[in-house]
Amino acid sequence: MLETPSEDTTANAGPATDAPAWQPAQISRTRPEPSPHLEKALADVRSKIYPRAVTGIFARWRIIMVVLTQLIFYGLPWLQWNGRQAVLFDLGARKFYLFGMVLWPQDVIYLAVLLVISAFSLFLFTAIAGRLFCGYACPQTVYTEIFMWVERRIEGDRLARIRLDEQPWSWRKLRIKAAKHIVWILIAWWTGSTFIGYFSPIRELGMDLLNLSLGPWQWFWMVFYAVATWGNAGFLREAVCKYMCPYARFQSVMVDNDTMVVTYDYVRGEPRGGRSRKIDHKGAGMGDCVDCSMCVQVCPTGIDIRDGLQYMCIGCGACVDACDQVMDKMHYDKGLIRYTSANAIEQDLDQSQVRKRAVRPRVLIYTALLVAIVGVFLYALTTRDTLRVDVIRDRGVLGREVAGGVIENIYRLQVMNATEQPMQLTVSAGGLPDVSVTLPEQQGDSLTIEAASNRLVPIVVHAPAGALASGLHEIELDVIGRLEDGSVGVATERTTFFVPK
Amino acid sequence: MSDFINSYWSHFIIALAVGGLIFCLWLLYSQRGWLKSHIDQVEDTGHVWDGNLRELNNPIPRWWVVMYILTCVFTVGYWYLYPSLGSIQGALGYSSAAQVKQELDALREQVKPIFARYQGMSIPEIAADTEARGIGQRLFLNHCAQCHSSDARGGAGFPDLTDKDWLYGGEPEQIQTTITKGRHGVMPAWNGQIKPDEAADIAQYVRSLSGLAADALRIIPGKRGFQTYCVACHGVDGKGNQALGAPNLTDDVWLYGSSQASIVDTILNGRENSMPAQENILSEDQIRILTAWVWGLSNSSGTAGSGAAVSAR
Repeated sequence: MLETPSEDTTANAGPATDAPAWQPAQISRTRPEPSPHLEKALADVRSKIYPRAVTGIFARWRIIMVVLTQLIFYGLPWLQWNGRQAVLFDLGARKFYLFGMVLWPQDVIYLAVLLVISAFSLFLFTAIAGRLFCGYACPQTVYTEIFMWVERRIEGDRLARIRLDEQPWSWRKLRIKAAKHIVWILIAWWTGSTFIGYFSPIRELGMDLLNLSLGPWQWFWMVFYAVATWGNAGFLREAVCKYMCPYARFQSVMVDNDTMVVTYDYVRGEPRGGRSRKIDHKGAGMGDCVDCSMCVQVCPTGIDIRDGLQYMCIGCGACVDACDQVMDKMHYDKGLIRYTSANAIEQDLDQSQVRKRAVRPRVLIYTALLVAIVGVFLYALTTRDTLRVDVIRDRGVLGREVAGGVIENIYRLQVMNATEQPMQLTVSAGGLPDVSVTLPEQQGDSLTIEAASNRLVPIVVHAPAGALASGLHEIELDVIGRLEDGSVGVATERTTFFVPK
Repeated sequence: MSDFINSYWSHFIIALAVGGLIFCLWLLYSQRGWLKSHIDQVEDTGHVWDGNLRELNNPIPRWWVVMYILTCVFTVGYWYLYPSLGSIQGALGYSSAAQVKQELDALREQVKPIFARYQGMSIPEIAADTEARGIGQRLFLNHCAQCHSSDARGGAGFPDLTDKDWLYGGEPEQIQTTITKGRHGVMPAWNGQIKPDEAADIAQYVRSLSGLAADALRIIPGKRGFQTYCVACHGVDGKGNQALGAPNLTDDVWLYGSSQASIVDTILNGRENSMPAQENILSEDQIRILTAWVWGLSNSSGTAGSGAAVSAR
């Protein structure tokens, strides 16, 4: 069992001891516990963090990102396209509608490539500026941000919340807590029903929900997603980032010394300490850090950024905003905590030099790969075959001779129309002299594949018997699908033609 | 458990399962000293990484131990309820075959509304319904095309369903019976009674019944032979008997080929052929739709046009 006794004791300030540096502070406890490390880790999990509200440029960016991502998440299912929901993953029918496209399970390769693109984007952003995703776009951050905003509105800021939690239960406390949870649960419920709205038409879902007539799986996923939102954003919060999230760990190791991360400039800041605003602190041998602990108070994961880059840091920049405000009040330069690289602090580089170093082989390679993959992805998606054909030859009767000295082979075409218009099919054959195709009589005259559907089409291929040696001959079947709007899809499939002895 | 004919395998699996549980419990018991809640000195393995990551040998959390014991209890419950201990059936009487049947029944129940529309319709009405024809064709391709081929025109030994020639009759009721109950057609072997030469004569006569080229000299003895041996089933005029499934020999439709060699082979060695019953595979509703589709193949009321979309290259 691994434990990480950190040197940070700020969150759980205990009595100072003369224990070695790696040993965490002792915590008072009711029963004797054998393992201080275990207890420390558990105390970290249990202790609640009360982040103080923060304003500033990065806080504003996060609000913009919250609004943007949630507009997309909550809004997308309501968009209509060609008289249907624009984005709908119809699991029952195995069809995935994405604006003008209908994707089938056969198109799962696009999902795989999309995930590859996401991964490479994550690598690229992390190499340039650390855990940007964590700080601004991760659902965990975004929903925590929304829930904390609600909490602030109802319970007040950090100190008010701490005071409220320390109070014994009273009508006022009950009222405030109940109000908070009602709003939280409403948001969570809305999130859960939006989530299932991606899988079944959301406009009908609203009525089903009112009538309590959802299907069992719809109930399950709605409640599951809502409870997960409520629990993750309301209670678990930073614990998800610290103890559960695998991305957090691998993003941390993708950071190098030239990556722009939230960094405390210890060269400028140390030695830290409180001081009067009037004194010349540099003359007095002090650094710029006034040790106001604002950076710790605003931190959503409860760390002290002045201890250096830590795996718990989600790169949200809250401490940057908080510190800049303090620096302003002290009339010091901003940027004691800022987005910069480790090398910048050590080698005293200015911001433009740091930016220049962002262009390094690693970043260039990620960019090149990403551009290449995105290019191929877009090309493949736009030139995707909307008519797909599989040839299945009849095996009961391989080939038969019919009146007039004609050899017949029977095939089934599994034809898939991935467009949203009915498709008129024409089938022709080539590869042998005088080979021709007919549809069996029961097929009727027209061969229409309905919009976004597939169909088995039996066909008969004929060739004159005399000219052909017995055995197998390579032929190809050309299937042409015409849409109502005049566009044409062509599929050519190779198969064999059997001539019996 | 029919795969395990010998009861040894049943005992083997019981021993393995019970032994596994006993091992798990023994493992927990043997570690009781380490698991107890109060330990004076946590063992330090001495492993250190990154300067300050030390590996300790802490006991497993209490909740984990409880979960471990609960899984063992679950195991016993599972043994009692489900067929898991060798060939012991279990209290619930569960079997995967029964589950499959249950799921199939549920599926039938689910598609019932689709078929309900056709219950009041006659077979010709169903045959004229576009949607029903779609269902019929899919059923045919799934269940019938393996033998009768995807275009329903059969092959050697498998009847053509489009040619208006019926072994057992082409009325809707007869087709439905054929699909539901299956058919078993037998042409007896005559090699004890008929000599090969005589059979060749009869073959010539049979060919002439369909208007195929035949040796005029052999037709006369052939006809005599036919009237001796064949008329009982195929009739005096050779038009067959649908009650027996005896084919009409005058319509130039040949299930096994029209060459003399093939006919002689049929006469001397007989033929036996069967259509499997579908009543346990398809529901009654499905069989009706399929009947209508097959009936429609040769009773087209405008549904079947000439072969469409023909092109050559």
